[in-house]
Amino acid sequence: MAEAEQVKVLRFWASPWSFRVELALKLKGVPHEKVEEDLANKSPLLLASNPIHKKIPVLLHNGKAIPESLIILEYIDETWTDNPILPKAPHERGMARFWSRFIDDKCVGACWMSCWTEGETQQMFMEQARACLRILDDELGGRRFFGGESIGLVDISASFFALWLGVLQEVAGISLINGDEFPNLCRWIEGFVASDVVTECLPPRDKLLAVFQSKKQAILATKSMVY
Amino acid sequence: MIFPSTAHGSSSVGTRDASRDLFPCIECLRRRRCVSDNLTRGGVPIEFFHISVLLRPHKSPPHEPHPQEATMAEAVVLLDVWVSPFGQRCRIALAEKGVAYEYKEEDLSNKSPMLLQANPVHKKIPVLIHDGKPVCESLVIVQYIDEVWSDGAPILPADPYARAQARFWGDFVDKKIYECGTRLWKLKGEALQEAKKEFIEILKVLEAELGDRKYFGGDAFGYVDIALVPFFAWFYTYETCGGFSVEAEAPKLVAWGKRCMERESVSQTLYDPLKVYEFVGFLKKKYGVE
Repeated sequence: MAEAEQVKVLRFWASPWSFRVELALKLKGVPHEKVEEDLANKSPLLLASNPIHKKIPVLLHNGKAIPESLIILEYIDETWTDNPILPKAPHERGMARFWSRFIDDKCVGACWMSCWTEGETQQMFMEQARACLRILDDELGGRRFFGGESIGLVDISASFFALWLGVLQEVAGISLINGDEFPNLCRWIEGFVASDVVTECLPPRDKLLAVFQSKKQAILATKSMVY
Repeated sequence: MIFPSTAHGSSSVGTRDASRDLFPCIECLRRRRCVSDNLTRGGVPIEFFHISVLLRPHKSPPHEPHPQEATMAEAVVLLDVWVSPFGQRCRIALAEKGVAYEYKEEDLSNKSPMLLQANPVHKKIPVLIHDGKPVCESLVIVQYIDEVWSDGAPILPADPYARAQARFWGDFVDKKIYECGTRLWKLKGEALQEAKKEFIEILKVLEAELGDRKYFGGDAFGYVDIALVPFFAWFYTYETCGGFSVEAEAPKLVAWGKRCMERESVSQTLYDPLKVYEFVGFLKKKYGVE
């Protein structure tokens, strides 16, 4: 290759979504530059790269902008083909996409809202969150990772549960993920965070805890994920 | 009760015993519960699709396999509901690839064991079952179809960046059109005006993305076209309920829709916009929205 590849990630250090992208690049051994965004004051580069949603993460590959974490993950897998994160067989690929969407569309939202609501509304969200976690726990079963023996698309998508959920439930003073109800998931979390590649990319837990504590009032008022 | 004929003109009109069909549905509505535990799609309670049973055109399924295709067709089954734009995406993709399949109309007030087994998580249509293995979620199904029947014209482009762009816009359609469109027929007053403003904005964004291209895929009909075109039949409903004109706000998008309708895969799948409007009208009465 004549030119060096230019790979940048527009990211926010505390975001589980930009973590997904960085983990995938790390798994593939792709050198990249991390460009930290101030989400209260988004850069012209971010606004130009993702004019529709104006959100991180955005992958910039030789000037081409790819937003939306799950779409970025598929792009990474198709561009750097070593250490695949999606299975080969179409049906298994379909299942991996299905579970990633389930995590994004149902699970994360229910867990998030469980933390920031009260009373009956909170009970409703907690029930939904538990139902989602139960489904994921059953789906994982006795496997080491959702991807089988190695970290795959679904594992990367589920990284929110590996660190962020524990932090959020501590800030909110609730208990969602526990070893009694979700033994498979808890075992998966232990294995996931112990993996070298993951450890290198994860933000420090105490820093994460501090930032969510400091933003607690703002989040309670708006319920928005401040990304 | 007379049922409407299909958009493509085959006059399969039949009658149904209205009381037999109405009774289980009203019971469901009275209970305000459904099999899938009050899950919603885009804010619309899943009961919405119960009503679809009553207005289902009494006709042969969208694709009847020829006898010699029967063995192959049995290997591919689509669980669907006639009016579903999500199911239509799958039908169009299968037709584009020339895949023979068996279509099974689901009664969402009485979901089949096959559907509950094939999609235990969401209990929703569409589900594609291929050689006994289910695939769920319409755009996941479309990608699956593209990967399995790779001999036919590609639905997603080959280049990873172009694929990412196509997935982005498919995702945009998924997140925006149905949810905002539903608010157009469900809401009144200020909330309706808010939805109208948002919907017009969505149309303009899509129109800007389409530009002067023949299709969202460029010269080739593809993934984004398949994701969006079923909603072309819903534009009449959205504009009538919302009090605006899609053509006035997004003329290129309407021209695109008409071009897509020249493709047999699309014209044989979409229903007449008036039928969709009639269906939504029935829903509005049932929900007490007037």
